[in-house]
Amino acid sequence: MAEAVLGHPAAAPGLSVPFTGPDAAHRGIGYEGVAVAYKGTTVLADFTLAVRPGEIMALIGPSGSGKTTALRVTAGFVRPIRGRVHIGGRDVTDLPPYARSIGMVVQNYALFPHMPAYENVAFGLRARRALEATIREQVAACLRMVGMESFAKRYPRELSGGQQQRVAIARALAIRPQVLLLDEPLSALDAQIRLTMLEELSRLHRSLPTLTVIYVTHDQTEALTLADRIGIMRDGRLVALGDCQGLYRRPPNRFAAEFLGRANLLPVTVEAEDAASGLARVRFGAVSLMVRRNPEVTAGQAALLCIRPHDLRLDPPGPSANSLAASVSEVRWKGDLHDVGFEIDEHRLRLTAAPLRAPPEAGALVNFYFAPEDATLIPEERRG
Amino acid sequence: MLVWSRAGRTVAWAVLALLVGVIYALPAVIIILASITGQWNGVLPSHFTLQHYANALHGSSAAMLRASIVTGLLASGLALVNGSWAALALRNTRPLPRRVLDIVFFIPSAVPSVSVGLGLLVAFSRPPLLLNGTLAIVFVAHFVLVSAYSYGNVSAGLSRITPDYEQVAESLGARPWYRLRRVTLPLLLPYLIAAFSLSFALSMGELGATVMVYPPGWVTLPVGIFGITDRGAVFDGSALTVLLAVTALAVLIALSRIPIKAAQR
Ligand SMILES: Nc1ncnc2c1ncn2[C@@H]1O[C@H](COP(=O)(O)OP(=O)(O)OP(=O)(O)O)[C@@H](O)[C@H]1O
Ligand SMILES: [Mg+2]
Repeated sequence: MAEAVLGHPAAAPGLSVPFTGPDAAHRGIGYEGVAVAYKGTTVLADFTLAVRPGEIMALIGPSGSGKTTALRVTAGFVRPIRGRVHIGGRDVTDLPPYARSIGMVVQNYALFPHMPAYENVAFGLRARRALEATIREQVAACLRMVGMESFAKRYPRELSGGQQQRVAIARALAIRPQVLLLDEPLSALDAQIRLTMLEELSRLHRSLPTLTVIYVTHDQTEALTLADRIGIMRDGRLVALGDCQGLYRRPPNRFAAEFLGRANLLPVTVEAEDAASGLARVRFGAVSLMVRRNPEVTAGQAALLCIRPHDLRLDPPGPSANSLAASVSEVRWKGDLHDVGFEIDEHRLRLTAAPLRAPPEAGALVNFYFAPEDATLIPEERRG
Repeated sequence: MLVWSRAGRTVAWAVLALLVGVIYALPAVIIILASITGQWNGVLPSHFTLQHYANALHGSSAAMLRASIVTGLLASGLALVNGSWAALALRNTRPLPRRVLDIVFFIPSAVPSVSVGLGLLVAFSRPPLLLNGTLAIVFVAHFVLVSAYSYGNVSAGLSRITPDYEQVAESLGARPWYRLRRVTLPLLLPYLIAAFSLSFALSMGELGATVMVYPPGWVTLPVGIFGITDRGAVFDGSALTVLLAVTALAVLIALSRIPIKAAQR
């Protein structure tokens, strides 16, 4: 993207933020102990998070967990009762929204219904009194970026949901923000378009690598596909944070394990640890199992064993594989995979595998297996 | 459709037509008839004439019509600005103070307009606020009476606009004034037009308060009609009424033709 095309020399001082520059490394978004309350009810508590510049951070969590609130506090629509928010190394906690240089796409897009797509995209530049020539070039560039250049004259009501979403993104990007906030941008679209848009969003981010993105969703697939890191929220708190793979493979707590992907969880007691191999021996009922060690749970402590359904096998994956006997409770064929339910004592487990030649029968007693490095330990939460 | 059967629907339409006919159409037809009547002794007029319209167009009625239109436009315009301002300012206040202010706005339309006129007369009849016998007091009276409708319409409109639009505008760098001008007001436009139309129509027909306060030389058409019919010239009064109605209708139609781009699907 040429600087000349996207530059807007006429922008008000302090509002102009170039995409690249010497201080690019200091950009990003920082939250320090941010708390938000509506009418005395705390809906965001002690929110501390550093989003790296150029990173896509997905915030996921159940409805009402405070994801939108986190975005609103970033954009400045709600003031925190405690804590500070930094954007690009600047403390913006006391700045009004219009001085923050943030691109935001809300869930229903909120395209201005009285303006055609072109004017929607031009809005931020006009608000900054950019030159007409600059506006023309930049709006064209942004509409092209989202593939909507031929829809410039259409009013929002004449656009489909997916097209509106693209225009909303173009509008947010036209002011060349350092930060793009996306609040469940795909939730209004059907599954097919959602996949396409997901690909387009990652392509878009590849073309704007310094753009810091916070992507709110409650769809874990979107988060895993798009994000560099994922933060999981629950009841106004960030309860887990990590890169996608790490968070998926080693969830720090039960909530994270169950919210991000499906998880088989078994209560175990740690018997012994071996720091050298990175493994630990745990006891499940009468059976000893070798699993990946977690420094947070030491010998003698209770923990939850977490194994993803696709890490369970019906044939031993190697000589060191763990083995458990269980009765098959149901077998489902789902086209591209088989979904097998087991029961051990009163614990239910689930195995998914590529379609099986000879799937087990419901009611049969079978052995299933998993590799030690595919099983992780989660500290047992204290019930309170 | 609440009524499904064909016969049921026919009956429903017939009842509706009858009600509309008796309540709205009949008085209008009678007035239109009266305005072209030379003599009316039986059930129907016996003799027609355009003389009343000639009288209407020659006499002082042109001045009265002008007074009505100017008063209507000015009072409605001021009420619109004031009502929008109040609605915007009160939007984010707490419910209780807003409820109280709502009531203050609506009181003038809940009491007889004669009382409003009397109140203004008493309030503004001694210095430093000596408006008695001036044009200003007529405008003030109309302004007070139509304010509730402007305010009511605009606040109803505001409550229907999701804050998303304004917040997005703000995040795109729009300062409050720019946001108001480019986003809030255009989205409110349908409600602004409705507010202005209603105020204007009310002002055009206002009699009670105007009778109390009007100065010589600023007789509005309703006051004129009242005077003429009071003197027994019912047919002349009818002609003036038709004139008033047609003028008001023309203005309202013009207002309704303002293009509203914000119309949402
Ligand atoms: N304006 C408001 N006034 C009062 N409470 C609010 C307001 N906005 C949000 N809340 C409350 O704050 C909590 C967090 O809301 P938030 O919108 O951040 O949730 P979310 O994680 O975005 O949920 P969803 O996935 O449903 O969008 C909820 O309990 C909600 O009821
Ligand atoms: Mg939300």
